[in-house]
Amino acid sequence: MDLYEYQARDVFEKHGVPVLPGIVATTPAEARAAAEELGGTVVVKAQVKTGGRGKAGGVKVVHSPEEAEAAAEAILGMDIKGHTVHRVMIAAGARIAQEFYFSVLLDRAERRYLAMCSYEGGMEIEELAVERPEALARVAVDPIEGIDKAKALEIVAEARFPEHLHHKVADVIVRLWHVYRNEDATLVEVNPLVLTDDHEVIALDGKVTLDENADFRHEDHAALVDKSAENPLEAKAKHMNLNYVKLDGSVGIIGNGAGLVMSTLDVVAYAGERFGGVKPANFLDIGGGASAEVMANGLDVILHDEQVRSVFVNVFGGITSCVAVADGIVGALETLGDEATKPLVVRLDGNAVEEGRAILAHANHPLVTIVETMDDAAAKAAELAA
Amino acid sequence: MAIFLTKQSKVIVQGMTGSEGMKHTQRMLASGTNIVGGVNPRKAGTEVEFPGDVTVPVFGTVAEAMAATGADVSVLFVPPAFTKSAVMEAVDAGMPLAVIITEGVPVADTAEFFTYAQAKGTRLIGPNCPGLITPGESNVGITPASITGPGRIGLVSKSGTLTYQMLFELREIGFSTAVGIGGDPIVGTTHIDCLEAFQNDPDTDAIVMIGEIGGDAEERAAAYIKDHVTKPVVGYVAGFEAPEGKTMGHAGAIVSGSAGTAQAKKEALEAAGVKVGKTPSETASLMREILS
Repeated sequence: MDLYEYQARDVFEKHGVPVLPGIVATTPAEARAAAEELGGTVVVKAQVKTGGRGKAGGVKVVHSPEEAEAAAEAILGMDIKGHTVHRVMIAAGARIAQEFYFSVLLDRAERRYLAMCSYEGGMEIEELAVERPEALARVAVDPIEGIDKAKALEIVAEARFPEHLHHKVADVIVRLWHVYRNEDATLVEVNPLVLTDDHEVIALDGKVTLDENADFRHEDHAALVDKSAENPLEAKAKHMNLNYVKLDGSVGIIGNGAGLVMSTLDVVAYAGERFGGVKPANFLDIGGGASAEVMANGLDVILHDEQVRSVFVNVFGGITSCVAVADGIVGALETLGDEATKPLVVRLDGNAVEEGRAILAHANHPLVTIVETMDDAAAKAAELAA
Repeated sequence: MAIFLTKQSKVIVQGMTGSEGMKHTQRMLASGTNIVGGVNPRKAGTEVEFPGDVTVPVFGTVAEAMAATGADVSVLFVPPAFTKSAVMEAVDAGMPLAVIITEGVPVADTAEFFTYAQAKGTRLIGPNCPGLITPGESNVGITPASITGPGRIGLVSKSGTLTYQMLFELREIGFSTAVGIGGDPIVGTTHIDCLEAFQNDPDTDAIVMIGEIGGDAEERAAAYIKDHVTKPVVGYVAGFEAPEGKTMGHAGAIVSGSAGTAQAKKEALEAAGVKVGKTPSETASLMREILS
């Protein structure tokens, strides 16, 4: 889960990383009040989970509460790369002497962590990495040892900080490591990390990604989920413990296993090319060992998606029995009754396939078509949605 | 010969007495796996009966189980919160191979126990994987053994159900070993580890490699194939339709920016001489053509 900047700021503060005061506002009036409270020059910053908001006009430096209100008025509701701005953060102004860069993240290839640090901040890090790679230090971090003061000093030296800044910056890096490790993050990025005129090192903007697998040991992380940004169908599916992602097409997809479902989306889009570009409407993985109830819940979510014109149920029975899948389909159609109006293409294979197919054949529901192979079933579903 | 797992492998189950552990131990026994013990400190000294008159002893620690049985493989059905300590225990006991089925392990835990295992010489497979099967010899994990048979294809895959799909499609030709390496951002055994083992395995004639979006493991595997693999390889990549920034079930299957797209992986594999199928069935057909 990616955090908003204001959430990252709060998490930094919790771990003693120096940050500037910041107040979240959802209306221009709130922005004005926040600017009054902070006093002086403040920055009004769009809160969106994407980069490039400065260039899009989502960050404004203002000098009075009136200007803050006007800036918030302009920024709230703005669309930045497909993200609508619902909140701004009013942040205290800083007198910036210099900008740096620091991040720590998962290094999948090396199966450890990677710290990246640069004495030259103020530009997009991707550009810096390409144009002046020698200015970006990359230091491997051992997952067991982490970043202690000695390691942090190694990082700042590698990043060519002048010696008088070594300890000051290293202390902040150690605290940022505490954020990474203690919050179970997979990314902590500070861009820019700044040196102020009065010689303080401050994390001015932060990006944090948290590992949802670790939620069980972070009860407070649940409060960081932005429920207002959730798609209503995704929220409903989440409530039913279904692994569902809404997409833009017209073929509803239900399958078991993340890999097979991803593959099903591809095969439907591939088959859909022949029918004017029909695309999948969602990702829905009912998981291994899925019961009839889970199958019924999945159908319930998908049949309530107005964009869906046909449904493709693609199950390979490994642990999941095709009997449970067939029972789930029949049961869900009974429960939904007249609400079920969209055709279902079903492909079953593997564990108890004959029995599963027999249950569907026996029920003989007018909306259900059984197709033997995945490719043919995808073509049929695409045809029905065209 | 097969890779990593043979008929001679002696397997213990960490978490055997839990409900998932019981269910899958029964299935593994039914598919011929030589299961020599379970581990649970609270039930040490007891025995668990399974259908077919099989009793499996329960030991208090992995070390005790190894000393008593000579086990050389451990398979873990342990909840995510306890996976790290269970893996560490297996590593400390000197277990040569630990297969971690558990889904939902925090990646910081995996990073830590992988680093630890690597230093001490334990091979890890997983986490969040179906395990591995050498059909007709041994099956460690949750793969349904009855869908396929022994043969001369090696398979390596991030995804469980796509593994099953491919095992089923090519069941008449059969498999030497199929390894589900798991869909997490950090896994103990990589595509490259398996490609190397299959290349060196005299009982494997051709290799199927299944990948998916996220990371650059497939690109690196493609580079490895180009330089080191002389056996024919066919590939499949899932996730062309997955949008940027959305996680689709596997924690590792997430596209960020331009890196990790299915298209990039497909192109890298094709550039390395791998034939890549558009669908799982087409991939199976490519393999049939190669071996016909």
